[in-house]
Order: sequence, then structure tokens, then C-alpha cells
Amino acid sequence: MRIVAVTSCPTGIAHTYMAAEALEQAAREKGHEIKVETQGAAGAEPLAAADVAGADAVVFAADVEVRNRERFAGKPLVQTSVKRAINDAAGVLAEVETAAEQGVPAASGQDAPVVADAAPALTTKVDQQAGLGTRLRQWLMTGVSYMIPFVAAGGILIALAFLFGGPEVANKVDGGTFQGVNYPGVTDLSKLAVQAGYAGLLFKIGTTAFSMLVPILAGFIAYGMADRPGLVPGIVAGLLAVQIGAGFLGGLAGGLLAGAIVMAIKRVKVPRGVAGVMPVVVIPLVSTLVVGALMLVVIGQPIAALQEGLTNWLDGLSGTNAVVLGVLLGLMMAFDMGGPVNKVAYAFGLASLASGNLEVMAAVMVAGMTPPLGLALATVVRKNLFTPAERQAGEAAWLLGASFITEGAIPFAAGDPVRVIPSLMVGSAVAGGLSMAFGATSRAPHGGIWVIGLVGRPLAYLVALLAGILVTAACVIVAKSLGHRAPAETEPTAVSTGTAPAAG
Amino acid sequence: MADLITADLVDLDLTAADRQEATRRLAERLQAAGRVTDLDGFLADVRAREAQMPTGIEGGIGIPHARSAHVTEPTLGFGRSPDGIDFGAGDGPADLIFLIAAPEGGGAEHMNILASLARRLIHASFKEALRTAPDPDAVVNLINKEVLGQ
Repeated sequence: MRIVAVTSCPTGIAHTYMAAEALEQAAREKGHEIKVETQGAAGAEPLAAADVAGADAVVFAADVEVRNRERFAGKPLVQTSVKRAINDAAGVLAEVETAAEQGVPAASGQDAPVVADAAPALTTKVDQQAGLGTRLRQWLMTGVSYMIPFVAAGGILIALAFLFGGPEVANKVDGGTFQGVNYPGVTDLSKLAVQAGYAGLLFKIGTTAFSMLVPILAGFIAYGMADRPGLVPGIVAGLLAVQIGAGFLGGLAGGLLAGAIVMAIKRVKVPRGVAGVMPVVVIPLVSTLVVGALMLVVIGQPIAALQEGLTNWLDGLSGTNAVVLGVLLGLMMAFDMGGPVNKVAYAFGLASLASGNLEVMAAVMVAGMTPPLGLALATVVRKNLFTPAERQAGEAAWLLGASFITEGAIPFAAGDPVRVIPSLMVGSAVAGGLSMAFGATSRAPHGGIWVIGLVGRPLAYLVALLAGILVTAACVIVAKSLGHRAPAETEPTAVSTGTAPAAG
Repeated sequence: MADLITADLVDLDLTAADRQEATRRLAERLQAAGRVTDLDGFLADVRAREAQMPTGIEGGIGIPHARSAHVTEPTLGFGRSPDGIDFGAGDGPADLIFLIAAPEGGGAEHMNILASLARRLIHASFKEALRTAPDPDAVVNLINKEVLGQ
């Protein structure tokens, strides 16, 4: 068996290396191949990507957070303390053998799995509930880690398009009215550059990358759960989530659903003759059909009804207290970032703009800018509350937020929705409410900070923006800190198998 | 770079009531050799580390250690205790005590030496040889040979 391990302790001069040596010794005795990355004071020599890809199982013998742990997503995992690895390396390896055994897809009949081909990370000796929490977070983070490059690439291209082509580039490409000019939109892509210019090209490429956000998220959540067979139903669930307007939360649900369905099908005992075609034909076919039908029938209709209900409710609110309306729109904008609730709020802003009420549009726009900006600020202020992937997403989030591309917040929200989404909603509510209170206006339906020239009372508008950013960042930091007892500790859901408490 | 360990940093008859006293005994040797500049400051750093979790390892080993601003060179103090001293390991007291002192901003070379020392501590043959070494020079030679390959 091929094993990769990471050892790590607080001081980094003794236990890290003793645990590495003990694991290597025990692996040799059992005839396993092991590569150990010692994250200690002597500096870590990272494991070769090929070793990680080829490993059957992963061991974390660590009393502090393992760096770059997302490299191991989807591998059977045993987590323990450094001390236990030193005292009982053989026992740890026995657990590794069990984890690797359970991790191999049961029905597929494949031998040695290659390239991240094992089932989701397993934690052993944990009670059912804690185990599920840990795995759930690992599944979500798998999806998020594959989605982040799409957010960054697509978002930055769209932002550049706004910068070079002005906010009307969106309407030149997709049609619609901007500043009283009606654009037909580009129907023949071969005329894109002629009609919309190079900025139009940037915009089209960026929005195309963006259109894959939710499918990639859903697909790789399912992949994290159920390995390769999860990819098809996951991606299809994500595509359908987009088409029924369910946004990233719909994709998240669809991905989890798809993964669960594949995991369930894998448990069915099938005759030997059928087992060979299970992973290639039967599992993708059945799971895609089931999850697709569920998305369209069970999730699609309630979402359409919800949007209609929310729209009517907002219309009925017109004329009530402006600040309350701004707060409500803020809450809605940040709830699902491009999902059904956000769309209702944005559409309400557009409709108000068309009827000459410019204040609503300003509130909607400012509330859509604070989520990525607040998160970007939080990743700078409290680095250790975020994974390295999230910190990278944070760097892109500055530009995305400034450009009113709320989707920049999705990687954070999808990885940790319970803590992040309410925090974003509070910040956006503050921004939206203040914008209305100050009477700021916007004649542009998109463009973010780059269309500040079209904003009435720009200074007040910036104050609302800044307040929203600060509140968002503060709420995110507080919410994330609640689960972390100390910055150096492992994430709250991680479960150690050792009897000893943390330290090394 | 000075040697990791010298004969005057070895105490083959270490008697102490508890791990604090044992650590202090060895640390005094480090101070006398000029490896530790502030004895109490260094001991406080070791205690802080020990408080996170006892450093006893099964098989009769105690490894009090710290990265400390009061350390000038990566240094190992070694004590052998005939009666054993409790370092909090699950299987009883430790008779081999390694006091590992690392400078705060130690370079990679320093840390590599300590890393290879830590790796040797796992090996039964190394522990056995330390238990039967006749005098401090033998201990120093053994450690230099095993850890530095000299």
C-alpha cells in the first residue's frame, strides 16, 4: 500500500520528526511504502504531487493545523496526534489499512486506484454525527477548491471588461437598456468584437467562465463524496440549478444530492456480470436521471413560486419606509449571491430604475458589493481563519466586489454557509439601509465602484459601502472565531483519533 | 558551528525529584557552557512547552525542549537517571532525558541537526547504546556518530 503522511507539532523541533521516523519504521515493517512531509522548524519539503496522487491513504499526525490540506481532498484519511504516532505507529497504520479498504469504491471491482480515485476522506473511531460534519465540510471544500479558479478568471475578466468598455458593455453583449440607450445584444457571436469591441470579448469570456461556477461546484462536491461516478450527476445537477434559477445554494444541494445518490447506488449488491458496467454506465445513468428529475420537479417549482411570492411582496412594500426597504434588499442580495432571492432583489432594483426611482438601485448595488469586499478584508485581517485557497479567493474578491460581482463571495459561502451567509447578510443590510437613509442614487444597474460617476451623493454612498464592508468583515471574523478556540488549532470539525489532547 | 553536545553537557547520574528539577539540572550545564544566556528565562520557555503536553515518550524517554531567545546554539543536554523521572509518558518514568535547546531564529541547518536527532530517538538500538554507555565521552561520540554521521 502507498501512504502519504504529514507530521506537525507546535514547537516543530522534536515530535514532528519522531512521528515521521516512527511511521516510516512501522511502514517498512508492514511492507508499505510511505512518504512523510515534516511540517516542522527545519522547513517542510512538500510531498511530490505524484506521491499524493498515487497514495492509497493519508495520515495526519498533527497537533497543529496541517498546511495545504486540500491537496489530500478525497483520499481516505486517518487523523491522530503526533504522540500517538510515536507511541503506537503500528496501530495508526492498522487504522490506515482499514480506512483505505473502506475507501475503495466497493462495486467497481477496480484494483489499485489511481489519481484521487478513492472515496471521500474517512475519519475513524468517530461518532456518526461528528464524522458526518467533518466529511460534509471536506465535500464542500472539494467543490469550492475546483470552483475558485472559475470565480477568479471569470470575475476578473468581467471586471476588466467594465474597466475598458464601461458598464454598458454588459448591455452591448446581452442586450437591454443602459442610460436610456437600448442595445439589441449580440446574437451572432462572430460579430461580437464588431458590435461590442474587445471589452465585449472580455465580458463574454468572463460570463462564460462564470456560467460554469455552479456546475463545477456541484460536480466536484459529488466527486468528493462519491468519486468519479459522482461527477456526471453532480455537474448535471449544477447545470439544472442554474437553469431553474436556484443559484449556488441550489447547486450545493444538487451536488450533495447527486453524491448521496451515487453513494447509495454503490451499496447495492449486483451480480458479478453487471458489476463491470456499474461505474461507467449504470451509476451515471441512474444517478443523473434521479437527481435531474429531483432538481426539475421537486426543487424547480418551489423556487419559481418563491421568486414570484418575493416579487409580489417587494412590490407591496413600495412606499413604505425607505430604510426598511434598503435593509430588506440588502439581506436578499447577500443571501444567495446570484441565486433566486438575490435575483428578485436585483430585478426589483432594475424595475425601480426603469420607473425612475434611482435610490433602490443604489441600495441594491452597494449591498451586492459588500460581500466580496468584506470577505477580502477579513482574509487580510485574520489570515488564520481561512484556508490557503480561501485566501487566494480573497485576493480576487477585492476586484470582484469593487465591480459589483457578488459571486466573488460564493467560494467562502459554499465552504462554510452557516457562518458566512448570515454575516454577509448583516453587512449588506447595513450598506443597503444606509444607502437609502442617505438618499444615494444610481443611474447604472451594474459596474460597481467604476460607475461612481453615475451615483448621486457619492460620498454618502461610499460611507454606506465602507460601513457595510467593515460590518461584514467583523461578523465573518466573529462567526469564524466561534468555532476556533485558538488560531493554531485544527478546524473545529476535525476529529483526532488519539487519546491524547493537542500538543507536540 | 559548535558541537551539538559535549561531555560536560552529559550527566550520567541525574537524580531529581521531578521533571522541573531534572530540566533545571541539565539547563545549568547548558548555562555553564555558555549555550544558555538566561537560565530562568530558558526554563520558563521549556515549562511553557511542557505545559501544552508532557514530553514523555513511551520507552523511558523525556524530551523537554523549547525554541528560546535565551539559547545561542542548537544544543542537546543529556541525562541518564538511574531511578527514573516522571515525564508524563503513559508507561512510567523516563530514564533517558534529552534537553533540546533551539535558538529562536535558528536557520535550516541548525534545525536539520535537531530533526535528525529527534528521528534517532525512535530507534531502539540508539536508546540501548545510550543506556549502556560507560562515560560522557562515549555518549558524545555515540550521538555525534548517529546524528551527524561523524
